[in-house]
Amino acid sequence: MTAPMTAPIIEGVDIVQRLGEGAGQVEALKGVSLSLKGGEMTLLMGPSGSGKTTLLSVLGCMLTPTQGTVRILGRATTDARPEDLAEIRRQHVGFIFQSYHLFPTLTAVENVLLVLDVRSDRSSGAFAKATEALATVGLSHKTNSFPRELSGGEQQRVAIARAIVGNASAILADEPTGALDSENGHAIMTVMARIAKDLSRTVLVVTHDPRILPFANRIVRIEDGRIVGEERVSPKHQ
Amino acid sequence: MQGHSGGRLMPLVFTLASRNLFHDRVRLIATVIGIVFSIILVTVQIGLFLSFERMVTTMIDHADADLWIVPRGTKCFEDPSLLDERERFRALSIEGVTAATPLVIGFAEWRLPEGGATPVFVVGSNPDKPGLRPWNVIAGGLDQLSTKDAVAVDKSYFERLGVSELGDIAEIRQRKARVAAITEGIRSFTTTPYVFTSFDQARTYIGVATNKATYFLVRIAPGYDAESVRDRIADNIKDDAEVLTTEEFRVRSRAFWLFGTGAGAALFAGALLGIIVGTVIVAQTLYSSTKDHLNEFATLRAIGSSSAYIIKVILWQALLSAVVGFLIAAGIGLIIVYLTANTALPVIMTPGLMVGLLVLTVVMCAVSAISAILEVMRIDPAMVFTR
Repeated sequence: MTAPMTAPIIEGVDIVQRLGEGAGQVEALKGVSLSLKGGEMTLLMGPSGSGKTTLLSVLGCMLTPTQGTVRILGRATTDARPEDLAEIRRQHVGFIFQSYHLFPTLTAVENVLLVLDVRSDRSSGAFAKATEALATVGLSHKTNSFPRELSGGEQQRVAIARAIVGNASAILADEPTGALDSENGHAIMTVMARIAKDLSRTVLVVTHDPRILPFANRIVRIEDGRIVGEERVSPKHQ
Repeated sequence: MQGHSGGRLMPLVFTLASRNLFHDRVRLIATVIGIVFSIILVTVQIGLFLSFERMVTTMIDHADADLWIVPRGTKCFEDPSLLDERERFRALSIEGVTAATPLVIGFAEWRLPEGGATPVFVVGSNPDKPGLRPWNVIAGGLDQLSTKDAVAVDKSYFERLGVSELGDIAEIRQRKARVAAITEGIRSFTTTPYVFTSFDQARTYIGVATNKATYFLVRIAPGYDAESVRDRIADNIKDDAEVLTTEEFRVRSRAFWLFGTGAGAALFAGALLGIIVGTVIVAQTLYSSTKDHLNEFATLRAIGSSSAYIIKVILWQALLSAVVGFLIAAGIGLIIVYLTANTALPVIMTPGLMVGLLVLTVVMCAVSAISAILEVMRIDPAMVFTR
């Protein structure tokens, strides 16, 4: 299969990331380069401690790399201050976490609205966008439910709605099916595969889960802080 | 669910703060108790301060005087030094002075009709002239005070004085004292009962020579400036006397009782302690609440919220705690005001004090939020991947 011909949405070049200090310091990434383009779902796979989540954090502008460059839509984030990085995340990146990280005191629609609220988008259209995002993940009937009233799969779908409501160019997911059974995992990945078809978006999924391989366009393998393999595949589930 | 029926949505920051706050009822109760305890302590201390401030000048406030001629160095109204009556005539010779009424005060021993004795504070002024006459008379009359042996006492001191009605007889300094008028609410912060009587009668009760008085209360004709008349009287009287405007005498009395005796400092120290205790309690509960919600704050940071947004959540929590705590404290404070209204030292609540307490509560809670804010400012958004 040929790669999409769009410009990279996120690009990491020669990323080195050291974590910790002194004798406890470890080099979690050792010169990693990775480019994520629109219209594709990339799976980042590797054993525990290989640097998957660190790479996700760096590409998602949560961590500033020790060395190397990260570009979001062509804009380098080198020397960006924490508030600038927050601004980049706010505008361009949507996150999905293994343990959902929904706000337990907010309803499903409020959890989704939060992304727009931090952008100061409190127009009447914001509510419509939030309900539409929930509809996209098949939760129109649960807008006013609190997380404790939702199943794990439903909570993860709210988290996906939260990631896509702001039209983020990059959706970065950390083990999105890790806490779900096979049926819910499949449903979640179906939603994400649909999102990844949008050429203006890229989806990066960090996973151990071989069940989601059939959803990927591309599989990148990382070990000991280095990319050790990459293959392009044709998704079996669309 | 926040409002969304057209127009702009209510900021979720407020919803999030209020739900975080009310979600954990035990912590909310601890926070509110801290605020309530603190604000009630401050209310009582400042209320007592205001009450004390009023009571120490109550005699000056009720006197019919523009200027006071007082013995030099007089610290307060209850300071019983004596002036020579010639000072009165010197004052009356000044243009613009219409009256200089003598007033005598002093401690004396009141012998109860049934035996025993108690100290009283005698205030003697001619009831038919401008001076210092009892107020809030509820039985008898001021005109009766000019009759022989007549005195006015406050009904709150009946038990102390061993009397219960008009006509009851006691003794002051082996002289008869007949209750001819009864007042209500003239209480002394020293707890020594005031006994009002005529000027001459007071002199015999206290044992003051006929040419002496404690104060001369000066009235000024309309159109004359009190301070310029004061200066002219001061130039004309002897060095052992001085002339004060009513306001100057008030300020001097307050300064003596509130700060000269340390009573005011003690009340302020109590109020300060209340503020410190309240701030610490609220700071601790806000801090532990923030620690418990650290995951959520990290998630907020991860989805790109600014630091200001997160600080707003914490400040809203602090502000909501302040409002809830203040409302409860104000309610309890008003009950304390009601219950102490007829005691020797009632707690006073003024609209100004109420507004001041609200501002203090909000400021206290905002300051308490600092430690929580410093905690969230250190949050690493990447921690969401490890929790």
